[in-house]
Amino acid sequence: MSTVTHVGEESTRAKAVTLPDMGGKSSGRAIKDQAARIVMWSAFVIACVPLVWILVSTLLKGGHMLASVDWWTLSQNGITARREGGGAAHAIQGTLIQGAVTALMSVPIGVLTAIYLVEYGRGRFAKAVSFMVDILTGVPSIVAALFIYALWVTTFGFQRVPFAVTLALVLLMIPTIVRSTEEMLKLVPNELREASYALGVPKWKTIVSIVLPTAFSGIVTGVLLGLARVMGETAPLIILGPYTKSMASNLFDGLMGTLPTMINQDRTEALQPAVDRVWGAALTLILIVFVLNLLGRFLGRFSKVS
Amino acid sequence: MAKRIDVKDLDIFYGDFKAVEGVSMTVEPRSVTAFIGPSGCGKSTVLRTLNRMHEVIPGGRVDGKVLLDDQDLYARTMDPVDVRRTVGMVFQRPNPFPTMSIKDNVAAGLKLNGVKNKKRLDEVVEKSLKGANLWNEVKDRLDKPGAGLSGGQQQRLCIARAIAVEPQVLLMDEPCSALDPISTLAIEDLINELKSQFTIVIVTHNMQQAARVSDQTAFFNLKATGQPGRLVEVGDTQKIFSNPDEQATEDYISGRFG
Amino acid sequence: MSTSITGHSAIDDLPDPEGHGPHEGDRASTSRWGDRLFGGAAKASGLFVVLLVTLVGLFLIVQAVPSLLNNEANFLTSTEWVPSGAEPRFGIAALLWATVITSVIAMLIAVPLGVAVALFITEYAPSWLSKPAAVIIDLLAAVPSIVFGFWGLTIAGQYFQPVQDFLAGTFGFIPFFKDSGFSAKSTLAFAGIILAFMILPIITAISREVFNQVPTPHKEGALALGATKWEMIRTAVLPFGKPGVISGAMLGLGRALGETLAVMILLSTLNPSAPWSFSIFNGGETFASKIALNAGEFDSPQKTGAYIAAGLVLFILTFIVNSIARVVINRRKAFSE
Repeated sequence: MSTVTHVGEESTRAKAVTLPDMGGKSSGRAIKDQAARIVMWSAFVIACVPLVWILVSTLLKGGHMLASVDWWTLSQNGITARREGGGAAHAIQGTLIQGAVTALMSVPIGVLTAIYLVEYGRGRFAKAVSFMVDILTGVPSIVAALFIYALWVTTFGFQRVPFAVTLALVLLMIPTIVRSTEEMLKLVPNELREASYALGVPKWKTIVSIVLPTAFSGIVTGVLLGLARVMGETAPLIILGPYTKSMASNLFDGLMGTLPTMINQDRTEALQPAVDRVWGAALTLILIVFVLNLLGRFLGRFSKVS
Repeated sequence: MAKRIDVKDLDIFYGDFKAVEGVSMTVEPRSVTAFIGPSGCGKSTVLRTLNRMHEVIPGGRVDGKVLLDDQDLYARTMDPVDVRRTVGMVFQRPNPFPTMSIKDNVAAGLKLNGVKNKKRLDEVVEKSLKGANLWNEVKDRLDKPGAGLSGGQQQRLCIARAIAVEPQVLLMDEPCSALDPISTLAIEDLINELKSQFTIVIVTHNMQQAARVSDQTAFFNLKATGQPGRLVEVGDTQKIFSNPDEQATEDYISGRFG
Repeated sequence: MSTSITGHSAIDDLPDPEGHGPHEGDRASTSRWGDRLFGGAAKASGLFVVLLVTLVGLFLIVQAVPSLLNNEANFLTSTEWVPSGAEPRFGIAALLWATVITSVIAMLIAVPLGVAVALFITEYAPSWLSKPAAVIIDLLAAVPSIVFGFWGLTIAGQYFQPVQDFLAGTFGFIPFFKDSGFSAKSTLAFAGIILAFMILPIITAISREVFNQVPTPHKEGALALGATKWEMIRTAVLPFGKPGVISGAMLGLGRALGETLAVMILLSTLNPSAPWSFSIFNGGETFASKIALNAGEFDSPQKTGAYIAAGLVLFILTFIVNSIARVVINRRKAFSE
């Protein structure tokens, strides 16, 4: 890209020197060119505004909450909107547990589906699978939540438990894992597969021992990015995972607090302690999501394929 | 350790497209056979049928027989994976496994097939690297990644990897085309040494190379554009290069086409 | 290292001319148990995904139909929403309007802005800034929807008030800009603006991807003819990237249609007896925000079914929009073959 830029600049400059008689015409074009440059730069600045603004707001309004040890160790058990104190440990724990369980279920299915599409899939069935992954990519989180509600609560008659939330999140995470893994597997040079076959290594072992390790860091990147996405999801939580103020770790019984529902719980409160908690929870959630996101990108740098 | 190859009336297909037609030839044990011919004439395709690598391409199939010491490689009971353990292959571009060290690259074939004995693996690594004339250059950095070696070293690493599983036959698909002249020379020397143990078949674009390394040369050509490739002539390298039976062979060798 | 949000499929892709990428569906698999087991597991996962999507559609339909049959109002044209009782009356017209208008506003802002940002990253940014800029825009997508909504309502919204006052004051005679007595932070217009920034990253990501694929000879050809950079972009980059921009916009639209939390937090709900208005400075509810807001009300199959019916319409809408995106991408692939 940079070479092209150079060519561009040099040719403009060269023209200015060698073709002075076109000055009048060129200056109109040059103005347009300059205007376009300014438009692009301002577009980028405008696009940055919300991100910076959100980060600064949450830091200013929620930062002090995260500074206390209580925030990371206590729950909101027994604390009302009027009172200060307590922490977000229950919600952090809930978000992490649900994220981890979601990943645990989505990763094997997602990676295996990607393996099917890249290493095995041909013909109509593979096209159907690929098409369905596309559809799944576009399913709004609220629809995923409704589906699990229709299945879990209406059809099976079960209670709204945290596990139902993870099922909805699995629906949202699978397509991102399939697509990112697919891309990584495709980047593994076919020569490596052939080299392995030529050593008399069966196909499945070639995939497990040669292809997957080569694509490993890229796959991990995809998983972390997908995880960051589902951890910030709120719609399934609102439908399927009512909030609770106390610590909970049972996925199949009772309620479980999470950061998004903690925000949702108090977001309409005007009382300062509650407002502080909302911003604190928002900042904590952003931190978790950004750390996962950036960690994923960082690991992607160690990819053996590119 | 080396076996003889008999190819009988071999037709090779990609789906419905017949790529190569009616190849019959014999490759003697402990000899080097070179496949030469213009691009697209099917010589690499024929080579890949000798260890059933042709089948890993979708739609790839063959008619006819390939016998390894009278054993039909395409018999229904024959497992292609076993065939590939018996007939090793070295590719055009060096392709060491990027996640593995030099040592693990050489041991890969054995390890992935379940050999766990460390002592045996170490022995095989040393023997194979020595066999590939690479031991002295890498013995102090066996745990370094194989991808860190030079192109020529990487290709010898791939040869070491191929001979580590002790195949009967070694197939080489233009093994020097991505290498500089000095590395090429090293590989050619290596081929001369390896032929005391292995039956070697090499595809090459370089006729001087074919003349230098091979005992027997097979010339492949297309009948016409769009037609399947075929084996025009096979014989002693000396004879093919000095006094071929077919006019097409003579034209190709003297550089009149191709 | 590309991100996963672009939703690229291996099946659609051409084999790399240099022999990278596997031969799809090669026949290296054998009858040994390891291959059977592993290949079987991979195929079963694929089957699982197919079943999953089929079930989503099926379940939504099965649970929506009884409620739809009981519905006394026209589901498509009614603006009422009284899904319970002996004579339930509910229709999606109001939801559809709010969903579409917020998404349209979002698109009007996000598409030009997203394309400009993509051009900035691929063509204008100094090389040291190009990669960080791309990461910054991608991080915008990582901001949780609920945070976006909360920030919009409590902080950013007030700054939109003067804009709304000006537009409503100057163009208020047009029904579209009529002042409806809502605070600027909770109108359809402002929700659309927030949505714009939420879908900006995906539009930028996909536009960026295609702009990067513009063959260098095309660009150098234009420059060699003495074109300025902007002329080069207009003649070489934009025409080549157009299908990518369209499909990126469609994927963005799909997101905007289904976006839940931010919209739910921002939008003021309307009084059921309020007269119908086409104003963008009105409140309202989208499909997603309506469903989420009333999650506590899912107490009878009749009521739940009504919301599921609304969800089904949303599913179909996003499905159509995403399919268009897919078709455009594939057609481009077919041309570049």
